[in-house]
Amino acid sequence: MRKTIKSITLIVLIFILGVFFISLNKSTDYNTEHLIGNKLNKIKFESLEHKKIFTEEDFKKNNYTLINFWASWCAPCRIEHPILIKLSKEQNLKILGVNFKDKKINALKFLKDLGNPYDYLAKDTSGKESVNYGIYGIPESILIDNKYIIQKKFIGPLNLKDYDDILEVINSL
Amino acid sequence: MLQCTTILICFFTLVAAFLVSDFSLITVYQNSHSLKPIFYKISGTWGNHEGSLLLWVIILTIFSFLFLILNKNHPKNYRLHTLIIQNLLILGFLFFILLNSNPFSFVNPIPKEGLGLNPILQDPALAIHPPLLYIGFVGSSIYFSAAMASMITNYSNKLFAQSIKSWVLISWTFQTLGILVGSIWAYYELGWGGFWFWDPVENASLLPWFAMTALIHSLLVLEKRNSLYFWTIILCLLTFILSVMGTFLVRSGILNSVHTFANDPSRGIYILIFLSLMILTSIFFLFKKYKPANNIINSNSKETFVLINNWFMMFYLITVLLGTLYPIFTDALTSSKISVGPPFYNSVIIPVVIIFLFLMAIGPQTRWIKNKFTNFKNIFYIIAGSIIINFTIVYLFKSYSFISNLIIISSLFLIISSVSDILKTQNINFSRIVSHLSFGFLILFIGLNHNFSEEKDFNLKLGESKKIDNYKFILQDLELTQKSNYKSVVGVLNVNNLSTNEDRTLKPEIRIYDNPQTLTYEASIQTNFLRDYYLTMSNIDRSDYYNIKFQKKPLMIWIWISVIALSIGGFLSLLRNAKNN
Repeated sequence: MRKTIKSITLIVLIFILGVFFISLNKSTDYNTEHLIGNKLNKIKFESLEHKKIFTEEDFKKNNYTLINFWASWCAPCRIEHPILIKLSKEQNLKILGVNFKDKKINALKFLKDLGNPYDYLAKDTSGKESVNYGIYGIPESILIDNKYIIQKKFIGPLNLKDYDDILEVINSL
Repeated sequence: MLQCTTILICFFTLVAAFLVSDFSLITVYQNSHSLKPIFYKISGTWGNHEGSLLLWVIILTIFSFLFLILNKNHPKNYRLHTLIIQNLLILGFLFFILLNSNPFSFVNPIPKEGLGLNPILQDPALAIHPPLLYIGFVGSSIYFSAAMASMITNYSNKLFAQSIKSWVLISWTFQTLGILVGSIWAYYELGWGGFWFWDPVENASLLPWFAMTALIHSLLVLEKRNSLYFWTIILCLLTFILSVMGTFLVRSGILNSVHTFANDPSRGIYILIFLSLMILTSIFFLFKKYKPANNIINSNSKETFVLINNWFMMFYLITVLLGTLYPIFTDALTSSKISVGPPFYNSVIIPVVIIFLFLMAIGPQTRWIKNKFTNFKNIFYIIAGSIIINFTIVYLFKSYSFISNLIIISSLFLIISSVSDILKTQNINFSRIVSHLSFGFLILFIGLNHNFSEEKDFNLKLGESKKIDNYKFILQDLELTQKSNYKSVVGVLNVNNLSTNEDRTLKPEIRIYDNPQTLTYEASIQTNFLRDYYLTMSNIDRSDYYNIKFQKKPLMIWIWISVIALSIGGFLSLLRNAKNN
């Protein structure tokens, strides 16, 4: 009897600790790489500044579109901002900025202070729309071509290596 | 002594760095700003991961120092072992700080300005919330060590109970206050008008509280009747293990909340290894030393009622633990994200609270060893009285659900029984009566508050007025003000209760903080002894209208007062214990 209790207690505890260990690694291992190569069937975002809805029609004529999810309250977004500004000078690429769970005045102030790299400005006030694009936290960016096929996906702030990767894709035409 | 001093020097150096805004330290740079008020510069010291760990170690050290000097009349062997284990814990946390949470890491080049403390954390209640809760959490370490020492040195009698009793009471009192301050903060800062959300992080602070409460009661049995020794030991170990587990869950980033400071997995791994070692060593000693007790406990005695209290506490503990861990488990094992919310806790815990309150009223009147029930008549009168009061409330105001009726009747039963105890007994245990009475009041006020709250939600623009039910609202003015670290739009809103003709002006705020730039909504709360008016205002994009959320929360202040009284009960018990020994 005592032996059974001992072993049950031990098994339960080790199980709990094991699950903690798994989830500890899991939360850092989150990735949506399997989305690369998939087609975005439907694009729909409300404009941040105007009464307008962006749909896939708006991006058809672009060779490549980078969808960037950002917010004024997000510190890493400030870090990647210079990269976005650099990217905005590329001919083959248009950038759609999706303002995520933010307040409009904060968002516009952010762009006024740091510069506006976006060709299109959209919003996702509740953060629910972004889930459809596999967005987990921000900043995240998705690079699509003119057939809406996901070419690349970036989790976390864009860095110089990501910048080179993007250039490689968009200049391969 | 030396250890205590050096750790304190360490801590005050960090406080000083925050005070003079020394941004060459990463911690200071990330969490402070030169324009911040002094009070928040100081509280910024523990408002971050590194500083809070330092605070954790300080409390560990102070407690072990006090334990050393205050328990001179216990065997040297037992005290020595307690200190060894306590110092192993201190060492573990010191290594943690040194290896990957060093508060004194430098940043190069030295930034001119800091990033600022998150504005919702710039709040007096929140500034004292971590130290209070930490004294509760970390205070439990000393009886963890003592329990281990007691098993190793076979110091297993009443004297062991006496040596840890004060420490249990201290940590319980501070834990209660810490939870209270956190709830008060959530109530006026988060802007939902609620004060308890069964959020995993709140649960993490509640779990050790249940274990401590059970421990206080089982210690009584050990002290008076010299039984339940191993059960008491298990509770001692469990309390600190739950505290560390709570810290692990909250800090590792497995749970996302305002308390998650950093998502650095190496920190999580460290605490997890520490936790596993703690659990496995304590289990090892427990299994090795465990001897089945052969005490026969009479089913009608005080011992039984204390055990019943413990069962209930374990039931709450397991319920809350399951609710907290279940989403983590499903996420880890099946990758499906679910959340366990208030409906689960409310439906599992509330019905059980009713029985608990009845037993809590009857328990203290029983005798040790063997009891004779002679006062059935009395109990019957009190139940009848509670039912009458309950239906008077229903008759005068409004009716509520069946379960709410039971909750209110049972809490009244506890209140009346506790009061009649004061009148009856000669040798009054004030601390017990105060705690039980205020717990009864706490449940009563939560019940009434829940059933009699009102909420109105509408839009208003400047100068406009609106009449809803028996309230009339006028948005009289919008004031723009500039404070040292934020700008704010203050709405001047007049609330007129047409049935009582009571006229009040409330001033909800929309704040725009400078560093980091963020927008927050500040509720305006007007409190009196009968009710709170709770009002928040938020701007609506592209419109002159403001969204107004108005809530009337009856007897709100009494909920806080009950919890304060509850912790006073703990404090009185501490004094009583100090006097007796």
